[in-house]
Amino acid sequence: MSLAQWSNLFVYASMAMYALAFVSFAVSFAATRSLAVDEGAVPPGAPEPAAVPAVAGAVSPQAADAAAEARALARARSPQLEAEMAAQARRSRWGGRSDGAAALPPGRRAANIGMSLTWLATGLLLAGLVARGLWAGRAPWGNMYEYSLSSALAISGVFLAFSLRRDVRWLGLLVSAASLITLGVAVLLLYNDSPQLVPALHSYWLVIHVAAAIIAGGAFTVGAAATVLYLVADRAERRPEARFSRAVAARIPDSATLDTLAYRTNAFVFPLWTFAVIAGAVWAEDAWGRYWGWDPKETWAFITWLVYAGYLHARATAGWRGRKAAVIGLIGFASFLINFFGVNLFASGLHSYAGV
Amino acid sequence: MTAPSDRASARLSDAPDRAGAAAGPTAPSHAGTSVVQDGGAGSSFGLEGREGREGREGGEARAAREARPAGAGPSTAAAADTGERLEDLAPDAGLPEDAAALSADWGAGRRRRTTGMGPRLGPVGWLRWGWRQLTSMRTALVLLFLLALAAIPGSVLPQRGTDPIAVADWIEGRPGLGATLDRYGFFDVFVAPWFSAIYLLLFVSLIGCVLPRIAAHWRAMRQPTPPAPRRLDRLAGATTWHTDDPGTLAAAVAALQERRWRVTPGRDLDGPVGSLAAEKGFARETGNLLFHVALVLILIGVALGAIFGWRGTVIVREGQGFSNTLTQYDSFAPGRMASTEALPPFAFTMTDFDATFEREGSQRGAPRSFSAVMAYTPEPGAPLETKVVTVNQPLRLDGAKVFLVGHGYAPHLRLTDATGRVVFDDTVVFLPQDGSFTSTGVLKAPDAQPPLGLTAILAPTAIIDQGGPRSVFPAPDNPGLFVSAFTGDLGLDDGVPSNVFQLDTEGLEQLGLEGLGPGQTWELPDGAGTLEFVDLERWASFTISHDPGKGLALAGSIAAILGLMLSLFVKRRRIWVRVEAVAGPGSTPASGGSAGADSAAAADPATVYRVQVGGLSRTEAADVVGEVQQLVARVGGPVKEA
Ligand code: HEM
Repeated sequence: MSLAQWSNLFVYASMAMYALAFVSFAVSFAATRSLAVDEGAVPPGAPEPAAVPAVAGAVSPQAADAAAEARALARARSPQLEAEMAAQARRSRWGGRSDGAAALPPGRRAANIGMSLTWLATGLLLAGLVARGLWAGRAPWGNMYEYSLSSALAISGVFLAFSLRRDVRWLGLLVSAASLITLGVAVLLLYNDSPQLVPALHSYWLVIHVAAAIIAGGAFTVGAAATVLYLVADRAERRPEARFSRAVAARIPDSATLDTLAYRTNAFVFPLWTFAVIAGAVWAEDAWGRYWGWDPKETWAFITWLVYAGYLHARATAGWRGRKAAVIGLIGFASFLINFFGVNLFASGLHSYAGV
Repeated sequence: MTAPSDRASARLSDAPDRAGAAAGPTAPSHAGTSVVQDGGAGSSFGLEGREGREGREGGEARAAREARPAGAGPSTAAAADTGERLEDLAPDAGLPEDAAALSADWGAGRRRRTTGMGPRLGPVGWLRWGWRQLTSMRTALVLLFLLALAAIPGSVLPQRGTDPIAVADWIEGRPGLGATLDRYGFFDVFVAPWFSAIYLLLFVSLIGCVLPRIAAHWRAMRQPTPPAPRRLDRLAGATTWHTDDPGTLAAAVAALQERRWRVTPGRDLDGPVGSLAAEKGFARETGNLLFHVALVLILIGVALGAIFGWRGTVIVREGQGFSNTLTQYDSFAPGRMASTEALPPFAFTMTDFDATFEREGSQRGAPRSFSAVMAYTPEPGAPLETKVVTVNQPLRLDGAKVFLVGHGYAPHLRLTDATGRVVFDDTVVFLPQDGSFTSTGVLKAPDAQPPLGLTAILAPTAIIDQGGPRSVFPAPDNPGLFVSAFTGDLGLDDGVPSNVFQLDTEGLEQLGLEGLGPGQTWELPDGAGTLEFVDLERWASFTISHDPGKGLALAGSIAAILGLMLSLFVKRRRIWVRVEAVAGPGSTPASGGSAGADSAAAADPATVYRVQVGGLSRTEAADVVGEVQQLVARVGGPVKEA
């Protein structure tokens, strides 16, 4: 079997593991609530379940639903859980260190399995990329297929790096989904069987510039995931009647913690992205005789950069922090995606390499 | 100890204009509320903004917010761009009041504007107000957004700067819309007045922002750190302990200085007792300013390139030469003030060109390498040198760089007319039309007897199918030249400029069609002459550019990254240490509310010192807590569990 085939095999195996990790995180998410409900740990102050149906019957089915939901939530936010979350929050800024707690709270085991599977999937993907690189005799990010593989690696890599310092298991669901989707797109739409590069890529800047962009992309993705969750948590905190948001919010850290995580991630990426753009300009100067030519790829890199600069500014501008800044962050991520996929697939320019 | 309300008004009195300025020219001053806000303009840059933001993030300040009785906090509605400042959060917040007051001067040294703006504004007042609006964070934010938005059409619509032909096609395809868009510069977005207006405003705003901030930061760096607040016990990582070691304070100074804290001794310093203030992290604001200044440098670099630089493109056939004068270029774009008379006097000949393509798999036909062998002289009379130019390896000459940007085929044709005279014997540039290098070209020989015009398709790897002749692979595996010969008035003498790549066949008589391989000759019909396809050669196109601003742009870029990293990763924080003698010969009565004074100390006849250490961070409290704990451990205090 050739190294390329080994690489493919590793990638498929990695996809399977990401899928399982996703399922585990999903189970964990669901279990966090159902276990709490099953245990029926109703806090002392909560309305007596029996008391509610009388009211509900008098009103409407929706209201009954809402009441039931409220009860479930009251239980989900049982004192034990609250205490455990508070303890976590005290232990660390982002939600607590991943110490092997003796008594696993609901959903913890599934989340831990999800984490292990994510490690495994990421390891397999790394092996796949290494095999690919050995086969091609160069850095394994020379075409869209390889960028996508590397990006999936970067997404989980950034996530796992976080997980070494903080408990970010609650982020696993979104991160494993993002990695899986990226790999799926790579394998199904972008597969490329050539080890060779187009001439413009024969440069050590390929290693530097593209690696920086890919790592930045991984962190952008994690930052965007945290931002989305922040928005949900924030909504839940502002609008108690928002059922979905509240249900999700019960399983993730509070909005302030999420906001901080999102900010730190984006603040970490911004210099890296700046570097990637500048390295690209230096490379373009060598390859095309101008460091900036408003090629669609360059233009969207610039737009992405501007929007994230706007995000950082917004966080220092009264009336723009919090939700508005978060939305700007998500717009920034959308620009990044347009730059990464959209421009390669739909625009023609110097950056549209052969073989997509 | 001052009551919160007193302190608030005291602070208001030293910044009478700021609260009012925040809300615009006619807003009533907020004096009398407990809100002190920094108004837009210069002072909104940096410190206060971050303080507000990070005050929010910091556990301490968050606790502060939560602890604040409803209604007693700062009104966000009145918040200026920079928002709540730490001191605004502090009063009811459980932060020691001294510390709260101290944090007010984090931004100390910033320019205090006294405008005395009331409801009525003169022209100067309005100007000032306008300037303040322009240089506010909110405006910067909006302009950043506008610029991003304005760049989008430049990526969606074809642009004249990069692809004029696509622009022409686009406009032709949608006449009404195309013309309208063209009128408003949508095909030249990046030089359009509205695009330029946005970034110029942004940069004016930036400069207006940064200059006052630099002055303020300069002053802040030279100002001593404010002395220790009376009570340190509610600061981050606050630790109090007793010791009989008179060297604690000195040890603290040494430990702090070793870690490059800037230590300001307190006025109360007296041998082993007294206080000190230490501060670290000025690099954060320095980095922020460096970053913004670097952006200006980049802009200047770009502008220098656009004004004094030039770039041209030229197609060179194998074996042909080029000398760097204006007339030799196929296209030339000088900067607004570029001197085109004094182009660097280099010359080169492309002696050989080679291209390889992928032969296997799904990427078949993709280019794999291009290289041009160049024999060049940097200036007339200099010895000839050789260099292989590839896509990422330009030829660097004094004052210009020669980049390989494209290539194609140039068949060598020999045309003999009816009289037997050779009217053409040279290579002809054919322009590729697709990825497999199906190329087209023309040859015009108006002086031939009879005048001859040829249009031809060249296929490096030729096949003929329903669509006619075309190439299926870009390498010259099986070259075919498919010629159509015409005779008649080629119209070259009537002064109408004609395209060398097109032959207007209207009014011409077609002599015939033929397919030729290299080395083959075609006897033209009617004895009009012969055409020999001698050989297949190549051409390469080069961009030659001179950009005097790129060094500056690069320097600016590097500075920008350095500045960003400092600005985003450095944290500014303070630590205070106070040592008091609480028992023994030299003791002074412990100050009021000495919560932790232990009786064992009082019983000891030797001097007992009470040491207090606490920190204040503009970022999260935990950051400075660790450092406070390290310091405490270094000077012999109680070691806490992390
Ligand atoms: C070309 C336009 C600009 C760009 C690309 C830009 C970009 C940035 C970036 C990326 C940051 C984050 C780094 C940091 O937090 O220190 C930042 C911070 C900052 N910028 Fe700008 N900026 C621009 C113009 C301006 C202008 C016009 C102002 C003045 C209103 C301004 C004021 C600030 C301030 C006060 C901060 C610090 C924010 C904080 O506390 O984190 N910037 N800028």
